[in-house]
Amino acid sequence: MATAEIPYQETVPLHHPKTWIGKYVFSQDHKVIAVQYGITAMAVGLVALFLSDLMRIQIAFPGFMEWFVEDYYYQAITMHGMIMVIYLLTAFLLGAFGNFTVPLMCGARDMVFPFVNMLSYWVYLLSVIILLLAYIPGLGGPTGAGWTLYPPQTITEGTPGADWGITTMLASLAVFIVAFTMGGLNYITTILQARTRGMSLMRLPLTVWGIFVATFLGLLAFPALFVSAIMMILDLKIGTSFFMPAIVSLGQTLAYDGGQPLLFQHLFWFFGHPEVYIVALPAFGVVSDLISVHARKNIFGYRLMVWALVFIGVLSFIVWAHHMFVAGMHPYFGFFFATTTLIIAVPTAIKVYNWILTLWKANIKLTVPMLYALSFVLTFIMGGITGLFLGNVIIDIPLSDTYFVVAHFHMVMGVSPILAIFGGIYHWYPKLTGRMLNDFWGKMHFWITFLGTYIIYFPMHYLGFIGVPRRYYENFDSSFYPASAQMLNEVITWTALVVGAAQLIYVANLVHSYFYGKPAGDNPWGANSLEWCTPETPPGHGNWGDKLPTVHRWAYDYSVPGSEKDFIPQTVPQGQSS
Amino acid sequence: MAEAAQTGQGPLTTIVEDWSSDVTTFKAVPWGKAMMWIFLLSDTFIFTSFLVSYMAVRMTQTDAWPVPSEVFALEAFGYPVPLLLIAIMTFILITSSGTMAMAVNMGYRKRKVAVFWLMFATALLGASFVGMQAFEWSKLIMDEGVKAWQNPMGAKQFGSFFFMITGFHGLHVSAGVVYLLIVAIRVLRGRYDNTSFEIVEITGLYWHFVDLVWVFIFAFFYLW
Repeated sequence: MATAEIPYQETVPLHHPKTWIGKYVFSQDHKVIAVQYGITAMAVGLVALFLSDLMRIQIAFPGFMEWFVEDYYYQAITMHGMIMVIYLLTAFLLGAFGNFTVPLMCGARDMVFPFVNMLSYWVYLLSVIILLLAYIPGLGGPTGAGWTLYPPQTITEGTPGADWGITTMLASLAVFIVAFTMGGLNYITTILQARTRGMSLMRLPLTVWGIFVATFLGLLAFPALFVSAIMMILDLKIGTSFFMPAIVSLGQTLAYDGGQPLLFQHLFWFFGHPEVYIVALPAFGVVSDLISVHARKNIFGYRLMVWALVFIGVLSFIVWAHHMFVAGMHPYFGFFFATTTLIIAVPTAIKVYNWILTLWKANIKLTVPMLYALSFVLTFIMGGITGLFLGNVIIDIPLSDTYFVVAHFHMVMGVSPILAIFGGIYHWYPKLTGRMLNDFWGKMHFWITFLGTYIIYFPMHYLGFIGVPRRYYENFDSSFYPASAQMLNEVITWTALVVGAAQLIYVANLVHSYFYGKPAGDNPWGANSLEWCTPETPPGHGNWGDKLPTVHRWAYDYSVPGSEKDFIPQTVPQGQSS
Repeated sequence: MAEAAQTGQGPLTTIVEDWSSDVTTFKAVPWGKAMMWIFLLSDTFIFTSFLVSYMAVRMTQTDAWPVPSEVFALEAFGYPVPLLLIAIMTFILITSSGTMAMAVNMGYRKRKVAVFWLMFATALLGASFVGMQAFEWSKLIMDEGVKAWQNPMGAKQFGSFFFMITGFHGLHVSAGVVYLLIVAIRVLRGRYDNTSFEIVEITGLYWHFVDLVWVFIFAFFYLW
């Protein structure tokens, strides 16, 4: 399998920055771009977290914040959802982790087109700025249509932000897609064409596999969102009727006629469902690596893990209408989409079993990254199982638009990927900065976040079962559900406030450890993959010094019987042990 | 086969190992070319989404849909000739693919001047395509009163989809013209002398893609 081919990248000269600005601001170095992506995504994520706390206070204590009127509530819902899904999770997992790990783990000096990669970040920043423009006073605030932006209500009068808010939202999404495409093309081409000697695809760490498949999904799914954003802007600004049927709004017959609101839902979810896996697959990859490294044992069923990722990716394109069971659908259609949805449980179950079998009789080290990885598996099982409920048409219909749905998707694609992101940050921070994060405060942050999210989202399943509807500004006394539902809501809100505040521990830890953290050394976790084999820590410009590393084995040779140490890095030749 | 199954070297395993072999997956394919292919795959999904939306709305439309052979007819020698302009436009665009392919050939022979003129001709044909499209648009808008938001002949989505999709394609062609000219001038100035001129082929990939998309737009808008 190994050939004596000279990697093309050795013939390509590396871009060398000449000024401070070229090195740290308009940088073409993938590691700096990763940090830029990460900081921007975290900053905008804190905004979304703050909005969720405002919503929770409103739900539990209606009337407590008199200034927080209905419009603000719906705007907070929309911005919270969109920021978390797109501008935090997608941008962090692919923009930050993708940029940092892909060249390092593949043994490349940088991305294949560093200039395009740099543009990707700055266009992403532009999309964030456009998104937040709606908060400028006098523009009417951001849109309050809910993150799914269903027409016709999104652009009819009466929905908050129906004039400018929705325009900035759609424009921002379109710009984000351009940014993502520039980054994504780089990740895929780097993984396919710029690996080092001996690094076959089947020797890549699973993190890279997860990012690879997720990026493919993004490149094929975001076009549908792009198209629907263009069509909706046209409906809004020049009066076409792509999505707008003949409609009477506030007593007036509008000029629209003959459009299809359902078409938007199909386009949106053709993007929206793969989006779930754009977020989940890199998380799967990161967690697989964390579990293997910190359990000191090779990942169980590596090839099957890879094929499961690919299979999930393919399936994710033919399940989208399970988000639309209540929209009115031919029963055979519902049957088809329910079936494909439930089939996804097979490859995801393979992954979960393989994680558990990796842990079986392993030398588990309960470090902070490992705690996060384990909590990811637990949370993902929880959210995945409720997905089986919602994938069935007849169970989905009564549960639609209740808190059960809120609980399900927060568990499976909100909390789980965030836990994987935290795990990844605690794992790679030593390589990025050369210093360890504080262990005690890391564990504090972990336990508050992990237990807190369970207290927040687990009771929501019960709220959903007793019929509490989601997205309601105020739950008035109702004979449909008992008064105790309100008590549960108060508990959830108090916990949400604590968990939200606990994230400050993490931010403080990041900043403090950067200056005063314990020096990490080159390989604090005893990990095998290439990023821990760089000649310098943090890796210098060009990553590998004079010579590219040569790879002789997969990334999971842990606790090999007869070897001196309990790990054998990928650069060690076969037959040697260190 | 039985032997292959025993050693785990079935055809599937071999295919996987070939694809996943080290350093590069696609042997002797430059980075830019691989990236352009992946970009085009993504762009395919954009145009597919546009065209599928168009089909979905057209099929569920209750208002009358204009007859293409009448709407797009052009008066010649006193008779309305259906699809006359569009046939010329299609012919021009397909011809430009021919000159582009010749440019790629000349590129690999390192005949820079020939590459420059062939790419220049391709750009010129592309620009004339966009010009004719502007003429067609103005005829629809001025003479027949079709706008993106209204259509005197029936369903207003006819104009909406027509202007949106041909406009988006026209933007692709215009961007391609600029791209072609930049690469052509850089070829002439010797910027790619140290390479094997794969940039000409990469530009060609984009140009052929834009052509191929036009074939689909032509079929779905003018022949349906």
